[in-house]
Amino acid sequence: MEKFIIWLIPLPPLLSFFVILLFTNKRKALSHDIAIGAAGLSWLGSMIIFIRALGVKEFGKHFFGSSINWIPTGLTWIKIGVQIDPLSAVVVFFVAWTVLAIFVYSIGYHNFGQPKGDDDVAGLPPHGATVTEHGHKHRIPSIEPMYSRFFAFISLFAFGMYTLVVSDNLLTLFVGWEIMGLCSYLLIGFWFGKPSARDAAVKAFMTTRIGDVFMLLGIAFVYSFTGSLSFSEILKPEMLRALSSTSAFFGLSAAGIIGLLLFIGTVGKSAQWPLHVWLPDAMEGPTPVSAMIHAATMVSAGVYMIIRMFPLISAGWSEGMPLNTTMSVVAFIGAFTALFGATIAVAQNDIKRVLAYSTISQLGFMIAALGIGAYVAAAFHLVTHAFFKALLFLGSGSVIHGMEHGVLHTSDHIDPQDMFNMGGLRRKMPITFWTFMIGGFALSGFPVLTAGFWSKDEIFAAAFGTGHLLIFITLALAAFLTAFYTMRQITLTFFGDPRTKAAKHASETPWTMTLPLIVLAVFAVGFGWVGIPEHFPGLGGLIPNWFHEFVGGTLVVLPKAVEFNWIPLITSLCVALGGLLFGWLVYRKVKSPKQDFLQIPVLMNKWYFDEIYNFVFVKPAYWIAEKFTSLYMDQKVIDGLLHSVARFSLFLGYAFRTYFDKPVINEFIGDGTGNVVKASGSGLRKIQAGRIQYYMVVSIAILVIFALLYYFLIGGMK
Amino acid sequence: MTADQIIFLLCAALILGSALMTVTTRKLIHAALWLVAALFGVAILFAILQAGFLAVVQVVVYIGAIAILFIFAVMLTRRVVLDKGQQTRSNWWIPALLGLLILGGLVFLILGQPDFGRTAVEMPTGVDTLRNLGTALVSPDAFVLPFEVASILLLAALVGAVYIATGNKE
Amino acid sequence: MSTPLSWYLILAAALFSIGLFGVLSRKNAIAILLGVELMLNAVNINLVAFWRYLDPAKMTGQVFAIIVFAVAAAEVAVGLALIISVYRSRKTVVADEIDLMKW
Repeated sequence: MEKFIIWLIPLPPLLSFFVILLFTNKRKALSHDIAIGAAGLSWLGSMIIFIRALGVKEFGKHFFGSSINWIPTGLTWIKIGVQIDPLSAVVVFFVAWTVLAIFVYSIGYHNFGQPKGDDDVAGLPPHGATVTEHGHKHRIPSIEPMYSRFFAFISLFAFGMYTLVVSDNLLTLFVGWEIMGLCSYLLIGFWFGKPSARDAAVKAFMTTRIGDVFMLLGIAFVYSFTGSLSFSEILKPEMLRALSSTSAFFGLSAAGIIGLLLFIGTVGKSAQWPLHVWLPDAMEGPTPVSAMIHAATMVSAGVYMIIRMFPLISAGWSEGMPLNTTMSVVAFIGAFTALFGATIAVAQNDIKRVLAYSTISQLGFMIAALGIGAYVAAAFHLVTHAFFKALLFLGSGSVIHGMEHGVLHTSDHIDPQDMFNMGGLRRKMPITFWTFMIGGFALSGFPVLTAGFWSKDEIFAAAFGTGHLLIFITLALAAFLTAFYTMRQITLTFFGDPRTKAAKHASETPWTMTLPLIVLAVFAVGFGWVGIPEHFPGLGGLIPNWFHEFVGGTLVVLPKAVEFNWIPLITSLCVALGGLLFGWLVYRKVKSPKQDFLQIPVLMNKWYFDEIYNFVFVKPAYWIAEKFTSLYMDQKVIDGLLHSVARFSLFLGYAFRTYFDKPVINEFIGDGTGNVVKASGSGLRKIQAGRIQYYMVVSIAILVIFALLYYFLIGGMK
Repeated sequence: MTADQIIFLLCAALILGSALMTVTTRKLIHAALWLVAALFGVAILFAILQAGFLAVVQVVVYIGAIAILFIFAVMLTRRVVLDKGQQTRSNWWIPALLGLLILGGLVFLILGQPDFGRTAVEMPTGVDTLRNLGTALVSPDAFVLPFEVASILLLAALVGAVYIATGNKE
Repeated sequence: MSTPLSWYLILAAALFSIGLFGVLSRKNAIAILLGVELMLNAVNINLVAFWRYLDPAKMTGQVFAIIVFAVAAAEVAVGLALIISVYRSRKTVVADEIDLMKW
């Protein structure tokens, strides 16, 4: 029964994609109904599975799974199938909720119910319709022209994510991975009329593609070594032992190399340094897309995959040992990215960019946690982050929406996304304000009440407890900066007085947008309580650490809960509260970017990584394409070769014609024979003189000659 | 040199001389008359050869008919004054050469045959050549067929000549 | 008859040559026919000489000569008729000018 449902979970969004695209493209209400219906069906299926899974004892050992033979490969088959074990159960849980929330949100975000814009074209964001109300004209937001297409695309995106989550093998996981890559391209470049959106879409696709290539190498390596792609085959203890004891390239074991290759895929997909450059540019897409990509689904997929592969990258390692090479690399990149992202986020003025770098940073947290072996902590943070980051993105979209309403109302042409144009929005948009606050505090790790606290605290505890102090300090700094820039964001946006006319006239968004915010806020608060560590002072033990038991059961050996230590707890409290306070203090006075001391060029320009990549990779690539390959190789060499061949052929033809065909064949043989015939004719015709005596002379002369010849040569008179 | 030979030589001189004049004289009527002389000489020769009938036929047919025909033809074509200027073609020496060559060749061949040096056999006595000739001409064992064919030939010639000569009068 | 046969034959050959010369070299068509007559007479001389000198009892030679007479007469008649006809239409009796059968 469960297997049947699991197979069906990814299907409704796929069907919705096809139906909307093929049939209901023109009918907006029907399209969103189909899309939400599909998301709802998948949500229902996921919930059923999750609840069933909760009821199974030792779910880690008795998970739901089913597989079929798919590709014949000689004597064996490549099997594909579905599998819901504890890890994927919680992941499918949050995916279902966030996807459904985002779908509902999109209805309001794209202004369903509003009139068509004055001069809206498909491919550009809608910018208002003029209506006459109470006798005077004013502009109101207009409906998105490509409304149905949006729902089709996010349905496909949802399909990709569900496929990835429910799959039990690397192949279908990779299929879902790539589908999401495609959808990220389609959705980031949704407003294809904007050149910046087009470029951002290409950048996202290219950058994640780099990671995907290495991941595919890793998958190929796995298959060639183990002969299978199913998780249950690869992650068997015997297999892992074999993998970790076989040595492969660069001094690493096979498991190490595979782990590294797969991790590079995660680096690309989850926007870790050095492949982080696509994620901030991806803010060009509509906000629900940003929420989906950067919170609920795509980046989470990267982390999910590497968490799933944890037994592989930690093959040969057990708790207490120093980290093996792969894990060190993972931990380093994770920690570095966490700090790196946070440093850039403090200098961004666009409300979505702050959240983008925040995502990069938080993903770094998860990956660092995984790198040091804190499996459960990484998974926990993954889930909580999905909820509060989706909440924050949707909240920012709501803010922008309200600001746009104000922009249209006042015809004040300012950038509705710039935080320095906002201010005082808490009075204008209360629901958005409170839910954003909850999300922001969760991100910062506000103690006890927010889910973010519990998951972050667990990471700190793990880092400190396993003795990785450098990582601990890095993460603590990053957490401080996180709280700081979060509060900066909240202060600039919601507190104070409106700094522009548009902000003054901002209004709350419709229920289709605020309801998802509320739902997500509930999770952002409540989900943390399922993972309270047992040894936590006071609250520990009141509620069993269900998350640890449940998700930890995915591994063969249940990881030990980290011993409680005051230091990480104090640190976490300090950085969280301190950052929040500090942020509020500094920024409640700041009214413009000039007063913002953190507007340092290095940080504002993202440590110039875009420029470095442009110089090192993009420009040479262009040069190779344009100058070397196109101009030199193609035009000069190859075309030159072809032209020489052509010229030679022409020359041959000309030579033949001039030196052989014309003189020899035409003149000598052709005309020549004619001329010979003519000459001989005109010569010989004179014999036919018509004069009888001439004929007679000739015949008698010849007779005499023959007679003489006969006489002298042949016979003579007998 | 017997008397026969001398007569023969005189006769030969007549014939050849007349023939030469026929073919070289300027005026066409003179040529016809010289032909008459040559034919006369041939008749004499026939008489010497004791073919009396043939001699008479020669005179009657050849001179009496054919030569007269020639003279009539010359008369009928007199309007074209052609008796002035060269009467032979400009390359007359080729036919002369050819003629001499043929003559030379024939003489050579004749003299090369020892048999041709003989003298005439005796005329058999009691042979009436004329009667024999007549018999031979109409006898079925002899030459009646050629005789009849020759008649038809003459008829054809007659008809043809009349037809051609009258032309397209209507 | 003491003249050798060869004398008659040589005479006939000479007459023939003269006739040939006349045929080939005279311009006037009638003059050409004169030459033809000379040649025919040479033939007759030959025939009769051979008759007399070889076997005068047989009439073959004379008969042949008579046939030659007949043929010569016919030929002259038709020939002159032709010449007169040509003269009527072409107004010429020069053999070289009657060359319609040329190329």
